[in-house]
Amino acid sequence: MVFLSGDLKAARPLARFLRAGTIPSWADLVAFVLLAALAILVVRGAEDMSQPLAALHAAPVTLDPARLPEYALRTTLRMFLALFASLVFTFTVATLAARSRKAELLIVPALDILQSVPVLGFLTFTVTFFMGLFPGRQLGVECAAIFAIFTSQAWNMAFSFYQSLRTIPADLDEVSRQFGFSPWRRFTRLELPFATPGLVWNVMMSMSGGWFFVVASEAITVGDTTVTLPGIGSWLSVAIARQDMKAVAFGVAAMAVVIVLYDQLVFRPIVAWADKFRFEQTASQQRPASWLYDLLRRAAWTRSLAQPLATAARRIADLRPPIRLSPSRLPPPPPLVGRSIDGLWLLAVAATVGGGIWTLWSFLSARLTVGDLGEVSVLGLATLVRVVALIALTTLIWVPIGVWIGLRPAWAERLQPIAQFLAAFPANVMFPFAVAAIVALHLNPNVWLSPLMVLGTQWYILFNVIAGASAIPSDLKEAAGMFGLKGWQWWRQVAIPGIFPYYVTGALTASGGSWNASIVAEAVSWGHEHLEAAGLGAYIAKATAAGDGARVALGVAVMSVFVIAFNRALWRPMYRFAERRLRLA
Amino acid sequence: MTHFTHVKDTRLVEAKAVRHLYGKAEGANLLVLDNVDLTLCENEIVGLLGRSGSGKSTLLRSIAGLIRPTSGEIIFPERVDGPTTVSMVFQSFALFPWLTVLQNVEVGLEAKGVKPAERRRRALAAIDLIGLDGFENAYPKELSGGMRQRVGLARALVVDPSILLMDEPFSALDVLTAETLRTDLLDLWGEGRMPIKSILMVTHNIEEAVLMCDRILVFSSNPGRVVSTIKVDLPQPRNRQDPAFRDLVERIYAQMTRPDQAPAARDGVFPGIGLGLVLPRVSTNVLAGLIEAVHAAPFDGRAPMSDLAQDLRYEADELFPIAETLQLLRLAELREGDLVLTATARRYAEADVDARKAIFAQQLLSHVPLAAHVRRVLDDRPSHAAPASRFRDELEDFMSADYADQTLRSVTNWSRYAEAFSYDEGVDRFSLDDAV
Repeated sequence: MVFLSGDLKAARPLARFLRAGTIPSWADLVAFVLLAALAILVVRGAEDMSQPLAALHAAPVTLDPARLPEYALRTTLRMFLALFASLVFTFTVATLAARSRKAELLIVPALDILQSVPVLGFLTFTVTFFMGLFPGRQLGVECAAIFAIFTSQAWNMAFSFYQSLRTIPADLDEVSRQFGFSPWRRFTRLELPFATPGLVWNVMMSMSGGWFFVVASEAITVGDTTVTLPGIGSWLSVAIARQDMKAVAFGVAAMAVVIVLYDQLVFRPIVAWADKFRFEQTASQQRPASWLYDLLRRAAWTRSLAQPLATAARRIADLRPPIRLSPSRLPPPPPLVGRSIDGLWLLAVAATVGGGIWTLWSFLSARLTVGDLGEVSVLGLATLVRVVALIALTTLIWVPIGVWIGLRPAWAERLQPIAQFLAAFPANVMFPFAVAAIVALHLNPNVWLSPLMVLGTQWYILFNVIAGASAIPSDLKEAAGMFGLKGWQWWRQVAIPGIFPYYVTGALTASGGSWNASIVAEAVSWGHEHLEAAGLGAYIAKATAAGDGARVALGVAVMSVFVIAFNRALWRPMYRFAERRLRLA
Repeated sequence: MTHFTHVKDTRLVEAKAVRHLYGKAEGANLLVLDNVDLTLCENEIVGLLGRSGSGKSTLLRSIAGLIRPTSGEIIFPERVDGPTTVSMVFQSFALFPWLTVLQNVEVGLEAKGVKPAERRRRALAAIDLIGLDGFENAYPKELSGGMRQRVGLARALVVDPSILLMDEPFSALDVLTAETLRTDLLDLWGEGRMPIKSILMVTHNIEEAVLMCDRILVFSSNPGRVVSTIKVDLPQPRNRQDPAFRDLVERIYAQMTRPDQAPAARDGVFPGIGLGLVLPRVSTNVLAGLIEAVHAAPFDGRAPMSDLAQDLRYEADELFPIAETLQLLRLAELREGDLVLTATARRYAEADVDARKAIFAQQLLSHVPLAAHVRRVLDDRPSHAAPASRFRDELEDFMSADYADQTLRSVTNWSRYAEAFSYDEGVDRFSLDDAV
C-alpha cells in the first residue's frame, strides 16, 4: 500500500500558495527570531576574534557570571569553525582518496593512524606555528585552538565519507554513468546524499570529542607563554587557579546548557533532515523527530527563503565543465604506462618516507638518548595498565546496567539520550571536583587520578550496550523465556552474544578516548596543588608545559604506537569475530 | 537491391565478435562472453535469454557503454535521423532514494542540460504515459516495487532513447505485478506511444521471453555464446495457455539442456574440470526435494523441465543448477529437456534418513573430485584435520577467489550432510572428528 505523509501534500504547489497567506503564522515569528539572533551572535563572536593580542592582556578572563554567556558563545563558535574546517577537509581529502588509487595508498593508512594518535599532544607545535603565522594577533591563538579541535574531529569524518564513496551501490553508479553525469553532478546527486547519514553520525561523535578539546585548548601554556582565550575552558582554568568552587560550578552549568542547546538546535534537526538520505527502500517505522526541524518546515517564509537557495543550489549542480568528458567511454591507459606511473609514484612515496625517517632521527637523536625511550616505554606501560583496568572496571559496572535498561524499552527511551549527553559532556570540566577531593582526603594520585581518564569515555560503553540490548530480537527473548534460560546461561547465550558487536564499538571508542584523556588526567592542579600520576600522559603534559618539543614528539609517538598496537591486537580481532559469528542476519 | 538497402537502414546497433574476460590480467580469468554477434533493428523486441554466468548482462552493458569489452566492437551505424541513443532500465530499479519520483525522472534530462521548464514538461509527460500520476512528490521508499519500476521506465523513456535496454526488469517483482507491468509495456509498445525504436531485454525467464520478444537469442553459459536464435511469430497479445506458446517454451528448455551446449564434456555442465569444477550453492534439502518430486506421480522418474519449473514455481535460472548438480552426482540425467532420475536416485527416494546419507556420501565421494580430494587428505594425515585455507588456495589456481569460496562452501555443506567430513568455522578447519 502506498503511503503519503502529510507534509508531502503540503509541499505541492497549490497547497503552498493556499497556506502562505499574508499574515505570518506563529511559527514564522519564532523561526525568524531564532535565526536573526543566531546571525547576530555569530557576527559578535567574529568581531571579538580579530582583536589584537594586546586586547587579551588588557581584558583578561574574569570570573564574572555576567560574562559567562559570552564565553560560552565564543567556545561554541570555535567548535563550529573547526567543524566547518573538518567538513572541507573531509570533502576534499576523502574524495581524492576515493577517486585516485595513488592518493588512496597514502591517505587511508594515514587517516587510520591519525584516528588513534593523541592529538592533544600536538598543541605545543600548533600554537607556536600559528602564533608565528599571525604575530601579535589574537587570531593566531584562535587558529591554534580551532586547529586543535579540528585534529580531534576530522579523521573519522573523512574515513566515514571515504567508506561511503567506496560502497556506492553499483546500480546507482551505473545510472550516473549511463546518463553521463559530470563529476560535480555525480558528487551532488549521488555521492554526497549517499554519504550523508554516516557523515552526520560521525559529525556528532566528533563534536562530542571536540568539546573536550576546546576546553583543553583555550588556556594554553607553552614554555613561558600563557594565553587564555575568552571561553569556558579559560574560565575553568582561572577558577581552578583561584580554587573557586562556585565558579567551577557555574562553568559546568554553562557547558551543560550549551550542549543541550546545540543538541536541540543543531543536531536533532540535522538528524531528522538526514533521515531522507538513508539508503533504504522501505519506509522506516520510527523516524527521528525534531521540533525545530518541524517548525522550520512549517514556517511559510523559511520555505520561500529556501526556494531561492534551492534554486541556487540547483544552478551550482547544473554547472558544467566547458569540455564534456564522458567517463564511461574514455579508453583506459595502456597497462604498461599505468604500471610505470604506479612504480614512479611508489618510488616518490618511498623517498619521502625515507627523508622523513632521517629528519625525525636527526631531530630526536640530537636531543634524546636511548634512556629516554626506555623511560617513556615504561611510563607507557603504566598508562596501558590504567586504561585496561579502567575499561575492565567500567565494563563490569555498565554492561549489566546497560542490558537491564536496554531490555526495558520504556527506560531505554528515557535514558538513552542522557547517556549520549553524558558522552558529549567534556569530562575535563568535572576534573576540579575530583582533584579537590583527592587533595582534601590525601589520596594516592597514582590510583585516584586514574578514574578521571574514563570519566567522559565510559558513557560510550553504556549507550552502545543499551542500543545492543534493545536490538536483541523479541523472538530470541521469547525463546529464551520459553526454555527457561536463566543466570549465567542466559548471559552466555543470549545477552553477551547479542550486545557484543555494540560493546566492542563502545569499548573501542572508550579506550581511544581514555588514552587521549590521560594527557590531561594524569597531571592536574588545584590552585597551587599539583597532582601527578606516573604515566605517559603526565610525561607529555609536563614536556608541553616546559616547551620541550623533542620530548613531546617522543611521548606522542610512543603513545600512538601503544594505541595502534592495542587496537590491532585486541579490538580489531574482536570486531572481526563479532562480524563473522555474532551478526543477526 | 532495394531489399538490401532497406535492411541496412533499419539497423540500430551491431555487436561484432564481442569477447569479454573478467579478472586480473594475470591469474585466473573467467571468459564470460565468447565471440558474440548481435544485430538489433528497428521495431523489434529482442530477448537475450540464458542462465546466470552466460554473459547476457555483460553484452547489454557493453551496448549501454558501461563496460568496454575485452575485444570486439559495438557499432552504432550512421543514421539519417540522428545518432542512436540508448537508455537502461535496471533489475534493482536503481532509483535515487533521496529524490522524489519527479526528480528521479528528471535526472537524465538534467545531466543533458535541458532547461528546467522543458525538463518539467517532459518529465510530467513521461510520468503520465507510464501511469504514475499523483506520485510525483513521493519518495521511492513510499512506493511498491511495481511503482518503482514504473519510475525506472519513465526515467529511461524521458530522454528519448532510440533503444530501450532492460536488464531483467521484472525479476525483482512478484508474479502479479510483473505480469501487469509486462502487459502495460506491451500495450504502449503495440500502440507506438513510446518514443523508442526498439527494445533489447535480458531475461532468464523463458516464458517472459516468449511472451514479449520477436526474436530470442539463447545463450549458453561458461563461456557465454549464442547457441541459437529463435524467431517468435505468435501474434500479440500472446496467450500462455496457447498450445503453440507451450510448444515453443518446451523447445527452448530442450535447447538449453542440450548436452552439446556444455563445452567441458563429461564432467558436465559446470565450468572447469576435475578439481577446478566451479560448483553452485545448492542445498541438500532442495536436491532431495527435486528427487522426490520427480520420483513421485505423475512424473514417475522422468519430468519435463518446463513442467517442473511451473509445478515447483521455480524459474529456469534457479532450476538448472539444481538439476545439473543431480547430474554431477549421477543422480539424474538431462535428456531433451527432461530430467531423468537414475536407479541410484530412485533408491535414494525410497530410503530412510541414514540410508539416504550413505547413498549421498557414496555419490559425493565418487563423483565430486574436490570432496574426494579433501577426504583423502584427511584420511592420510595422522591428525585427520586440515586447514580449509589450503584447499581454498588450491582452488584459486583454477578459478577466481569468489568462485573458490563458493565451491568450497558447497562441498562443505554437502559433506556435512553426507557426514563425509566435518568443518569447524571458528578455526576454518576440516576434520574427520564428527564424521562417521
